[in-house]
Amino acid sequence: MRNRLLIALGAGLCLAACATTPAATDTETTAREPYASSYTPRPSQPTLLRNATVLDGNGGEFANADVLMRDGRIVAVGQNIDAAGATVIDATGRFVTPGIIDAHSHLGVYPSPGIDATADGNEATSPNTAEVWAEHSVWPQDPGFGRAVAGGVTTLHILPGSANLFGGRGVTLRPVLGAITVQEMKFPDAPQSLKMACGENPARVYGERNSSPATGMGTVAGYRAAFIRAQHYAEQLEAAENGDGEAPDRDLQLETLAGVLSGEILLQWHCYRADEMANAIEIAHEFDFQIAAFHHAVEAYKIGPMLARENICSAMWADWWGFKIEAYDGIRENIPFVHAAGACAIVHSDSDIGGQRLNQEAAKAWADGRRAGVEISRGEVWTWLSRNPARALGVEDETGTLQEGRRADVVVWSADPLSSYAVAQQVYIDGALMYERGGGQDHRSDFELGQTYREPTQ
Amino acid sequence: MRLLSALLFAAIIATPAAAETVLIRDGRVVTNGAAGTIENGDVLIVDGRISAVGENIGGPRGARIVEAQGRFVTPGAFAAMSSLGLSEINGSGAPDDASVEGDLIAAAADAGRAFNPDVTAIAITRMEGVTRAAIAPSETATMFGGRGALVSLSGDPDSVFQQRAFMVVELGETGATRTGSSRAAVWPAFEAALQDAREYPNRYRSGQGGAVLNEIDAAALAPFARGQGLLLVHVESAADIRRLLRFKRGNPGLRIAIQGGGEAWQVADELAAARMPVILDNVLTNLPSSFEQLSARLDNAALLHAAGVEIAIAPSAGDAQQPRLVLQLAGNAVANGLPWDAAFAAISRTPAEIFGAGNIGRLESNYLADVVIWDGDPLEVQSAPTAVFIEGVEQPLVSRQTRLRDRYNPVRR
Repeated sequence: MRNRLLIALGAGLCLAACATTPAATDTETTAREPYASSYTPRPSQPTLLRNATVLDGNGGEFANADVLMRDGRIVAVGQNIDAAGATVIDATGRFVTPGIIDAHSHLGVYPSPGIDATADGNEATSPNTAEVWAEHSVWPQDPGFGRAVAGGVTTLHILPGSANLFGGRGVTLRPVLGAITVQEMKFPDAPQSLKMACGENPARVYGERNSSPATGMGTVAGYRAAFIRAQHYAEQLEAAENGDGEAPDRDLQLETLAGVLSGEILLQWHCYRADEMANAIEIAHEFDFQIAAFHHAVEAYKIGPMLARENICSAMWADWWGFKIEAYDGIRENIPFVHAAGACAIVHSDSDIGGQRLNQEAAKAWADGRRAGVEISRGEVWTWLSRNPARALGVEDETGTLQEGRRADVVVWSADPLSSYAVAQQVYIDGALMYERGGGQDHRSDFELGQTYREPTQ
Repeated sequence: MRLLSALLFAAIIATPAAAETVLIRDGRVVTNGAAGTIENGDVLIVDGRISAVGENIGGPRGARIVEAQGRFVTPGAFAAMSSLGLSEINGSGAPDDASVEGDLIAAAADAGRAFNPDVTAIAITRMEGVTRAAIAPSETATMFGGRGALVSLSGDPDSVFQQRAFMVVELGETGATRTGSSRAAVWPAFEAALQDAREYPNRYRSGQGGAVLNEIDAAALAPFARGQGLLLVHVESAADIRRLLRFKRGNPGLRIAIQGGGEAWQVADELAAARMPVILDNVLTNLPSSFEQLSARLDNAALLHAAGVEIAIAPSAGDAQQPRLVLQLAGNAVANGLPWDAAFAAISRTPAEIFGAGNIGRLESNYLADVVIWDGDPLEVQSAPTAVFIEGVEQPLVSRQTRLRDRYNPVRR
């Protein structure tokens, strides 16, 4: 499963075998490996969404279409689908899309309330903390998870912060309402990622402590020195497996970096400037690894063809700019320009508030691109929110489109979701209704229970 | 005489578009006034002011005609809180005039005198339909956040149109952080500071000095402490708001508005009864991101409006780059129950009224001609202006960002 995903990622297309259902998520009979997912889909019933405008997440838009979900999977998208045995939801006038995948979230590691003790996302004690895992900081009671689902988000990638050259491993989660453990939220068999950071943040954090890196050149030297050690570690491991010498002592930091070299761990690289992304690509070539995505990538529009050629996604904001010098050249057309260059464009949030309306961020970028002469269909725009992030996270064969056999991660929107006024009406995860607008009291995490919170008296 | 002619000529060259007579014809005109929204309406601009609004009003000979073709024509948006023009970049160790450090200056901090109309954020914000802003320091060392100003986004040298329009006061968590780490210290300190300011300059000249304020800050606070200026008080929690309402009852001569108000919906009726306006600068916050906004919710604006509270929707205080998002904020308030007209007023007319800028925010006779024509519903994220006028002068829809866009546009290269 994992290897297949990686091959698909590397080749930039889905193998025919991808569509077959993997024999994973067998949580009942098999003992779970340490730290593995214990996620179990909620009970679901066959559901037919009838007569909606469907954006399939794969570039397509279908008017007056039906979507059938059964056993947690997409069964069919089309017209006049036979609903025998299914709960039928009249979605006339509504829009149906794959659930949004937020490729860059800090929910759980920077939860609400934001106080000193809950700021759990930056192990800013050394420029290389590749050994830490974001999932071990995730607080499942973060109220942000519930708000994210209400915004149509069905999958999130939780990353460590950007203080370090190597920030640690990221994890792909389901926003499971009521989850008590992070294991219950882990997307089954999703690869982990490594968060790396370019630019101002590591140089500032460590430069202020009069230690390396204090500069851009120090950051590149730091990456290279670490990958040289990782290469050596991987070679020793491989030799030992072949009966040549002893295996090295387990080293959590080098395990992570070796995982990047082997392609098992997907590299998510925080990088703003075009020249820094180009340097990062040189490093990837020197050590022969693949970068899954540049995050923030404020200047990706300057190197669209290079990103397309290197098969690297860019996870971007619609319009953030100027809050520091490396974000100074941000333009509103970044996302559509990257798309127009044939590269993989993703709308990400990096925000517990913005992550609740990523559809609006895509809409802004779409309209700004159109005004600049870049024509993109509404169906293609939705790839920025679901298929492309799924690809960058190595879960493309499982979610991100409404293709037959994919997990039924589906949102019913009140109106065209590329609008200020649309809201998510129903959110399905693995075919189970996880959230319904106006369907009784919204989920409140344990933290929120019994607070001063009162219902309005209207 | 020759010199005078030359000077006049230079002045004309410098402001070529000034005082143009413009007739905007056949738009969907949101007046923000008694006339409501006029379908197929015209707007006549003469000498930088609105001269007439209505159906088929016609214009004088020589007026430039702008066909709105049924598009929205609205007053410009007013960013009711920001640090616009106070820094080019507010991180990276770049100069940041919004952040005031040290003990010498806090209440006296004067945003209007730090404002730079040439920062690139002005053009970037203006071309999205924002024509006015309230600006204030993003932080100071005390509970007094300094004096805010009202600015036009024309980029003209004289674009601060109201200096020292309001005094920012922190009486919630932020205030506590800066004053003895406790609200128990904030309120006595606040009242003592007002006393110092009311007794300025006498107690300072007598050598007695202030109980909490130095002479500079006391002088700055004095007019506000005497009810001659607006105290813009940042509070979020219902408990803090109730305390502020109680304080206001005891000090009816003071002019007070709230900034923040994350939990204001809980106190909506009391706020309405006290006629205390609220500038919501975190209208999308629906998380208990701090302990003073545990009950923050997305329909805060809608609930306050329904209770009759005067509300403005504002960018986040301290925002120097993205005040343009105020239109998206208002659109989201609509998505969460606020009527469209109230939402648009909350980012245009209402802030002008709260700050006492009486001739801004409506398309009515004699109001300043800040007019925007849009390619769609202005509160819809896909929309953008096709024309922006400030005091009757059409603004170029060009910024540093559009220059970068044009340099790297893959379609036009």
